[in-house]
Amino acid sequence: MIKILKHGFYSTIQDLGRFGFQEFGVPYSGAMDVQALKLANALLGNDENSAVLEMTMVGAKLEFTCETLISVSGASMQPKINNKKVSAYKLLKINAGDVLSFSSPKNGFRTYLAVKGGFQTELVMNSRSMYQGLTSCHVIQNGDELSIQSYSDIDVNHYAALKVNHNYFEETELRVTKGPEFDFLSEEQQQNLMSFQFSISSNNNRMAYQLEEPLENSLEAIITAQVLPGTVQLTPSGKLIVLMRDCQTTGGYPRVLQLNATSLDLLSQKHTGKVCSFKFLD
Amino acid sequence: MGFKSYKMGFKLSYKPFGEQAILIEWPKEILESILKDVLGFKEKLKTSEVKNIQEIRSAYQSLLIIFYDAIDFQKEVEVLKKIYFSEKNISEIKSNTWRIPVCYDEIFALDLNDLEQTKNVSQPEIIKRHTDVLYTVYFIGFLPGFLYLGGLDEKLSTPRKATPRLNVEKGAVAIGGNQTGIYPSPSPGGWHIIGQTPIDFFNPNLKPPCFAKSGDRIKFYSVSLEAFNDIKILVDAGVYQIESEGLYD
Repeated sequence: MIKILKHGFYSTIQDLGRFGFQEFGVPYSGAMDVQALKLANALLGNDENSAVLEMTMVGAKLEFTCETLISVSGASMQPKINNKKVSAYKLLKINAGDVLSFSSPKNGFRTYLAVKGGFQTELVMNSRSMYQGLTSCHVIQNGDELSIQSYSDIDVNHYAALKVNHNYFEETELRVTKGPEFDFLSEEQQQNLMSFQFSISSNNNRMAYQLEEPLENSLEAIITAQVLPGTVQLTPSGKLIVLMRDCQTTGGYPRVLQLNATSLDLLSQKHTGKVCSFKFLD
Repeated sequence: MGFKSYKMGFKLSYKPFGEQAILIEWPKEILESILKDVLGFKEKLKTSEVKNIQEIRSAYQSLLIIFYDAIDFQKEVEVLKKIYFSEKNISEIKSNTWRIPVCYDEIFALDLNDLEQTKNVSQPEIIKRHTDVLYTVYFIGFLPGFLYLGGLDEKLSTPRKATPRLNVEKGAVAIGGNQTGIYPSPSPGGWHIIGQTPIDFFNPNLKPPCFAKSGDRIKFYSVSLEAFNDIKILVDAGVYQIESEGLYD
């Protein structure tokens, strides 16, 4: 068991997401930075879909009631075990009673905590990813108790570590392909879209990131149609919205671009005020 | 809606949507003949030999085909076109008509008074026009279990509210633009609320989680507050059977 002493700014349990239910209007959800989730699980030898704790902007403080192994990935929130600094991207041993704490990220925006065997929280429609209205809890609160398996068969000689390129937090270029309505933009609008630098507005969450600088928009709304995480919509006010993992399954704004999976991870590590631009995949 | 063997004949456009999906679009109209063709194509794909498709999602006039991995777009489009034009018999899909009780009592119908005045149609007339129609379920989107319904009486069409409500109750029956719908869970919303249904439109513990699907029909009927409460008790206990009628027309 893990007891939540401080929940941080916005912490949820996430796995790779909920697949096969989109025709019922169910969002995919899942870790915002999928690569970070996979790395944290790989370090522990977990299945890549094992559930992890995703912490946004301010990390949590939690107490373990059993022995286990953990790993931390994503944004650098300076993890400490019993107030002593420990490394991310490394197997860490936990004893019963240990307190793990995080602070604000030095770079990046979201940090992932994986435990050996994965978090054993509520499974809804084949996924443990929290989502309001689907799972009984949609955001971690102080005092919550999260179920994990005790794991004591630990061979200290095999503590794996990963060297990770942290430059991806600084990368500003998002790789895209044309969205279904891209060709309806004028040549000038297309050029502006692909050459402007955009900054992330404070209106950013697991559902969508709104970008600050508006484009001139003459496109009409479309007949409501399918959207995906990574779809870039152009709203009537000219502001761009990049849909993220918790996005709705359909939308009525023109879909001008589509981010690839790596760029979606990259964007999810950016916070208000950070900049980005779009570049076509080769 | 019938799904017997028929030649599919719309001019479709195929577009890549990211690296592992293809968007197929029909003419930009909301029509039952298009819905029928969209669902017919979806059914052909589901029973086809194509193995690399992860998911097929339909909307008013489009199908989104999501593959397991990155695809060779031109190659997959050829495969899809062949399937679309094949004259293979597809098994008929049963479509259901669901009878949905709605209580139009003033304790639920928060905007019925306003609607009566702005539309200059009496409340009984609004209820009559709302319950007279056999609505078509086009697809599910927006929220888990939210049905996009076609068929609203033009006289009831009303622009969305300028300021959306922050909390619309689960089960609220509302009108927005030329659409009517039911909020399957609490949500912010800008539609005009005219009633409340005790029926659950989404239950993650059931397979499938929604009783209705694209191509089904919905018929609303008016119930008293007492009847609403009785049905609600049965729904909450998980024993209420929604009245339905299966059709292979």
